[in-house]
Amino acid sequence: MLSVTQYELFPGVRLTAVHTKKFKSTVLGAQLLAPLDRRSASRNALVPPVLRRGTLRHPDLESLTRALDELYGGALDSAVRKKGEVQCLGFHGSFLDEAYAPKGSGILEQATELLSELLLRPVTEKGGFLPEYVEGERKNLIEQIRARKNDKRRYADFRLIQEMCAQEPYGVARLGDEGEARAVTAQELWSGYEQLLRTSPLELYCCGSAEPERMAELFSRAFAALPRGERLTECEGSVRLHVGDQAPRVVEEELDVTQGKLSLGFRTGGACIWEESYPALLLFNAVYGGSTTSKLFLNVRERMSLCYYASSAIEKFKGILRVSSGVAFEHYGQARDEILSQLEQCRAGNISREELEGARRQVVGELMTTSDSQSALENYWLGQAVAGLSETPEELARRVEQVTLEQVVETAASLELDTIYFLKGKER
Amino acid sequence: MDVKRYPRVGETIFHERLENGLAVYVAAKEEFNRSYAFFATHYGGMDMRFRTDGEWQDTPAGVAHFLEHKMFDMPHGNALQTLSANGASPNAFTGIDVTGYYFSTREHFEENLRTLLSFVSTPYFTKESVDKEQGIIGQEIRMVEDDPENQVFFAMLAGLYQNHPIRTNIIGTVQSISQITADTLYACHRAFYDPANMALCVAGNVDPKRVLSLAREILPPKGGEPVERDYGGEEALEAVCRRTQLEMEVSTPIFQLGWKVRPARAGEDRMSRRVLFELALEVLLGTSSPLYAELYSQGLVNQNYSYGYEEHDGCAFLTVGGESPDPDALMERIMARGERIAAEGVDEALFHRLKKASYGAWVRSLNSFEHLCIGMAQAHFAKTDFLTFPQIYDKLEKQQIEAVLREYITPERAALAVVMPKEEL
Repeated sequence: MLSVTQYELFPGVRLTAVHTKKFKSTVLGAQLLAPLDRRSASRNALVPPVLRRGTLRHPDLESLTRALDELYGGALDSAVRKKGEVQCLGFHGSFLDEAYAPKGSGILEQATELLSELLLRPVTEKGGFLPEYVEGERKNLIEQIRARKNDKRRYADFRLIQEMCAQEPYGVARLGDEGEARAVTAQELWSGYEQLLRTSPLELYCCGSAEPERMAELFSRAFAALPRGERLTECEGSVRLHVGDQAPRVVEEELDVTQGKLSLGFRTGGACIWEESYPALLLFNAVYGGSTTSKLFLNVRERMSLCYYASSAIEKFKGILRVSSGVAFEHYGQARDEILSQLEQCRAGNISREELEGARRQVVGELMTTSDSQSALENYWLGQAVAGLSETPEELARRVEQVTLEQVVETAASLELDTIYFLKGKER
Repeated sequence: MDVKRYPRVGETIFHERLENGLAVYVAAKEEFNRSYAFFATHYGGMDMRFRTDGEWQDTPAGVAHFLEHKMFDMPHGNALQTLSANGASPNAFTGIDVTGYYFSTREHFEENLRTLLSFVSTPYFTKESVDKEQGIIGQEIRMVEDDPENQVFFAMLAGLYQNHPIRTNIIGTVQSISQITADTLYACHRAFYDPANMALCVAGNVDPKRVLSLAREILPPKGGEPVERDYGGEEALEAVCRRTQLEMEVSTPIFQLGWKVRPARAGEDRMSRRVLFELALEVLLGTSSPLYAELYSQGLVNQNYSYGYEEHDGCAFLTVGGESPDPDALMERIMARGERIAAEGVDEALFHRLKKASYGAWVRSLNSFEHLCIGMAQAHFAKTDFLTFPQIYDKLEKQQIEAVLREYITPERAALAVVMPKEEL
């Protein structure tokens, strides 16, 4: 059995404890939540990797690694995630569950201690981070930002959102941009870090066989030194309901590639995680392009052989639906038309019972098996924390069971095409 | 049915070899909602030349992968859709020496398993469907050609091997797959999709007895003889081309470095080799090694860094890959460290610490049904046991690590492949 208990350890500091004996690891996490903002995104993104370089007690990588190795090869990785218009900054860890380690190994005590050390007690020099660490991680960050174009599929999706949401915080990339990453000074980084500690909500997480009460105690002890300040209670996100007058905008870009990438961005008319229509949006997405029984897969790929992939995905915090596809350059127009014509089919209610129920089985199945994966669980509960929601995946699945065909058609009808992005090859 | 218990890693495996030669492994886990089934044949991208009815057959590069795509076609529809419509998430992959079909599901497990076993054992290809697939796979090939990690990996393998077909990209080329016909697919299916050449591994909330009876009911009662394969014969342990450079639209150089290792001798336990070689890499250049800490601090490597040991019939290699501003300098540093450790020996404390750490990571990796099932199938094909690693770790000594580094981390055995950013015109 699995149970989820939440504790408010300190004002603005919450622990979500998932108790289960079915895994061989205990997962731990600590994330600070900050509003996604052009001016702070790169600076914030630099904080976790710089912290990961060394603590007071373990001032360099070798010493940190040694400590983790002694805990049976535990992992504590820095993490920077984007959930809607919130940046989640911190650490994600996985340790051998106590049931598989010799008795008295004290893994959890040491692991929570190490986690809080990473967040709260960095090694410092003259009241700031070590310059060597800042410069090394700045380089890595810039490299990661540049590496976006290495994976063309993800690059096209990234560029679509960047263009589509240029005027919204959501258009800011998870790691910010190269100029900001270059410009941030060591002093700004340090004060940014201190401000994060004082003002950002802190989401703590654990999942494993230890009793939640014991975990709450361990975390309370480990994080007692957290500086107190006025914590923002909420990171707000905006949802744009409709497209502008000029829509759809078409953006084309050239790179030296052999396959074209086509991405389409739609506004959902406000359907998103907070709305009652959310389950219908989930189901519509599965019918349209979110599964191997979807219209896009069956028509754009299987029937017309236009591409290797054509799929849709939702940005649940933002009320956006994306369609991504890899197509030969010359099939651009044909693929775009087919993608849009399949949407028309949904709007016209041409969705068979089999399509609808197949899609429903997939959405429900995915939600009901969230509890079988520690990473899926962690990601789900962090998302809920960001959204300020506490609905379990099982409860959400029950709502999906109730969605009618009419509601799915309504969702399709409210979709508005905002931006088309096409990545093509260079003329030779 | 045998029941094998592995108390140290918390696994109980039901195992049986059926009359037709199919190996079945089941890990029953009642506390999960999800069940996962993996049905695999010991046949992959490198199995291009083989003998049937006394005749040697040469098949085009990419045929195992092409066959994987076409297996889902059934006389009455497509198995992918049947499984999806029944609540399962199905997929498949083609590896170097294995092709695996799988699904994960919360409901109707038995029905879905029935579908899986049926479609993989039912060849059904037509000229039209094969022609149509050329288009889809042609696009997939284009995608792979734009994928620097895939390109650099196969460039490294082509640098290591002279003849062994592992040097050929699993997916083939647009040109090679154009030679594939329905007949090619039927011939390959008949040769390799024989129960005796296959394994079925299941994990989750299932009844092992039902898995066995479904396999007996659906699959042919008799298996065939093993098919002889040609991997180009034994080859020297020297790399054929020590450095290969490609240019692509990437932001930073991407590298893959490999060392050619003597393949296992008959009777040598491949699981023991894997544990030993992987730990040797951990000691030399793993993310917990002193060298990695240095390289990372100096900016010669970053988080995109991975390493491992791979072994297939007739070939074995150690490899490390990632991003680096200067792959050649990086390679030099790694080689020099290998030499030093070989000469001075492995630090005792480091050895024990890494042993402990990699053991823990192995146990944790068993959380994944996919990892467990694929691991059991591959171990079966390699005639070894996936879950015996705790005993192997117990017996491992640091002199063995030193011997591996001394023997293999040498310039003659190494091949470096690099993808450099394309210069702007």
